[in-house]
Amino acid sequence: MNASVSLTSREEIEVHRFSWPVSLGIPVLAIFLQVFLRIGLLNLLDLPLLVTIFFAVARRRPIPGMLTGALIGTLQDAWTGHPIGLFGIAKTIVGYLGSSLGVKLDVDNPGSRFLMTFAFFLIHKFIYMAIDLLLVGGSEAINWAHTLISALANGLAAVVLFAVLDKFKQRS
Amino acid sequence: MENFFARYKNPLVLMAVLFIQVIALATQVKRPEGGRGSGGGGTRLIRVWTITAFTPIEKLFISTGHFFRNSWHNYADLRGVRKQNEELQQEIERLRLEQVKLRQDADQARRLQALLEFRQKFVDKTVTAQVIATSGTEQSRVIIIDKGSRDGLKTDMAVITPDGIVGKVKDVFPLSSQVLLINDHDSGAGVILESSRLQGILKGTSLGELQVTDIMSDEKVEAGEHVITSGGDRIYPKGLSVGTVTSAGPDHDNDPFMSIKVKPSADLRRLEEVLVITKMAEETPALASGTNSLRAADILSQRLPSIPKVDPNALKTPGVAANPSPTPKPAGAAATPASTPKPAGAAATPSPTPKPGTEQKKVTAAGAGVKPATGATEGAVGKIPATTTKPAAGATAPPAQPSPTKAAKQAAKPAGSTGQSSTTGTAAAASPTPTPTPKPKAAAPKKTKSSTPTDASQPNATGTEPAATPTPSPEKPPR
Repeated sequence: MNASVSLTSREEIEVHRFSWPVSLGIPVLAIFLQVFLRIGLLNLLDLPLLVTIFFAVARRRPIPGMLTGALIGTLQDAWTGHPIGLFGIAKTIVGYLGSSLGVKLDVDNPGSRFLMTFAFFLIHKFIYMAIDLLLVGGSEAINWAHTLISALANGLAAVVLFAVLDKFKQRS
Repeated sequence: MENFFARYKNPLVLMAVLFIQVIALATQVKRPEGGRGSGGGGTRLIRVWTITAFTPIEKLFISTGHFFRNSWHNYADLRGVRKQNEELQQEIERLRLEQVKLRQDADQARRLQALLEFRQKFVDKTVTAQVIATSGTEQSRVIIIDKGSRDGLKTDMAVITPDGIVGKVKDVFPLSSQVLLINDHDSGAGVILESSRLQGILKGTSLGELQVTDIMSDEKVEAGEHVITSGGDRIYPKGLSVGTVTSAGPDHDNDPFMSIKVKPSADLRRLEEVLVITKMAEETPALASGTNSLRAADILSQRLPSIPKVDPNALKTPGVAANPSPTPKPAGAAATPASTPKPAGAAATPSPTPKPGTEQKKVTAAGAGVKPATGATEGAVGKIPATTTKPAAGATAPPAQPSPTKAAKQAAKPAGSTGQSSTTGTAAAASPTPTPTPKPKAAAPKKTKSSTPTDASQPNATGTEPAATPTPSPEKPPR
C-alpha cells in the first residue's frame, strides 16, 4: 500500500506484476475453495470474482485483466459443470472493466475497494443472469435480497482479501 | 487501419475474447424444440445461430435467383408473345367475320327454304329475286329487285313472300325490275276479310299504311281479322295472306264506308328475298285448302235461314215450282220466284238460266266460298254469294226506286266493273231456280253509292263479269 494513485497524472500510476505461481495458484485456489469446499459463508462469497477483480485492478492493463477473468471464469465453468463460457464471459467483462477502472481511480483505498467490489458483483450477477437467460435458456429468477447481501459480503471480503493479496504484488 | 487497431486494441480484444466464449457456449448449449430450457433433446445453439445467420443470406440468393429467373420468364422469354397476340387477335377477327358470314348464310338459307316450300306448295311458277334497292323516299314505296325481263318478268306480276303479298311489278328492265309495294298510295289489291268474307279494296296511304276501302260502315269488322287476297284483281292469286285488321271505324271523309287499317303480313321494311309469280297456278292456296271451302259452306249454312223440310211430293207437283212460294214472305222476298227449301249448297247448283255462262262463274265462286254476296242480294242474305241468293232486287224494288245496295256501289265505283246486280237480277228474274228464303232484312233497301236502279227486268247491260268477282281497278295511273 505504498503506492499512491493520482486521478490526474498517468505517470504516477503504479503498475504491479505478479509471479507466475501467484498468478496461477491464487485463482486455482479460489476456484477450488469455491467449488469443493462448500462452507456456509462461502456460499455468499464469489472468491473467483474477487480474485479476478484484484488482479485486474492491480495490473491496470485491460488485456491481461480480461484474459485473467476469462481464464478464471472458464476454469470455474469447467469445474462447476456449467456450459463453458457462462462464467467466462461474465468475468472477462468484469476483468476488462476492473483493469480499465483501475487506471482512473484509486483502487488501493479500502472504501474504493468495497464500493468497486460491490458494484462489480452486481455487474457480474447481471451479466451472468443475462447470459443464462438469453443464451443458455435458464429460468432462474433473481433474488435481489440475496444478491444485495452477497454484494455486501463480497465487498467486505474484498477489503480483507485484497489487503492480504497486496503482499504478493511486485512493482514493475 | 493500423491506427484503428492501435486505438481500439483493448475493445477489439475484448470483443474477440467474448466472441470466442460465446461460440464456445453456443456449441454446448442446446435450444430445446419449441421453447427455452436446457433440455438435452434440442438443437445446439451454434446450429440455430448458424442457420439463423445464413438463412437471410440464402433467402437473398434464392430471391435474387428467382428475380432473374422470373425476369427471364416474364419479360425476356416473352419476346414473341406480342406478335403471337397480334396473330391471335387477327385470327379472332377473321373468325368473327366468318361467323357473321355463316350466320347470314344460314339466315338466307332459311329464308330461301321457306320461299321454296311456299313456292312448291302454292304457286305454279315463280322467280326468286333479291331486293337490291329501295326508292329511299317516303313519297313512293318502291323496291328494285335483281330480276328483269331476261328472267321472264313482266309488268303487273305479283310479288310475294311466304308471309304475304308484297306488291306488283311496276317496270321491267332487262336485268332488274321495279316493284310497287302494296303500301304505296298508288297501289291497290282486291282483298277479302277472311272470316266475315267482306270484299274490299286494299290501298296504300301516303303514310305507308294499308287501308281497306269500299266496305260499308254498317258491316261488322273487328280488329285482328285476317285479310287475304280475293284474286279479283287478276294480279295476286286468291287466298294469299295480306295482313291483319288493326282498327276499323267509320270513314268520315268517305261516308258511309269504313276505314279499315291493316297491318301487312309481310315486313315491307325488311324485304330481302321475294318471289315473283310469273305464272298463276290453277289452284290457289285458298282453293287448295279444303278447310276454307268448308268454312265458306259453314258460313253459308249459318247465315241462311233455316228452312222447314217440305214434302218432296209437293215439289213434284206440277206448277208448284213455277208458282211463287206459298209461304208468306217479306216484302223483299215476296217476289222471289222460288222458295224451294234448298240449302245454300243446293242454291249454288247450276240451273238452266238464260245466261248459263254467267251463272256458272258465280256458282264456282260461291262454291269456293270466297265470293261474298254483292250487288242487290246483299241486303237479302248478307254475304251469301250472289248466285245462291237471287232475291230479285229488281223485283222487290220498283224500277223508279234506286236500289241502295253496297254491291251496286262497289260495282259502280271501280272503273270497268260490271253491274253484277243487274246480272244477278237478271238471273234471278229469269231463272226459276229455287232459292232460299231471304231474311226479312232484305226488305230494307240500303243506300247505294250509285243511283243506278237495279231492275230485274233489265238485262245485263254492262257485261258478263261475275257478280261475285269484282274486278276493282285499284291502281291509279302511275306518277
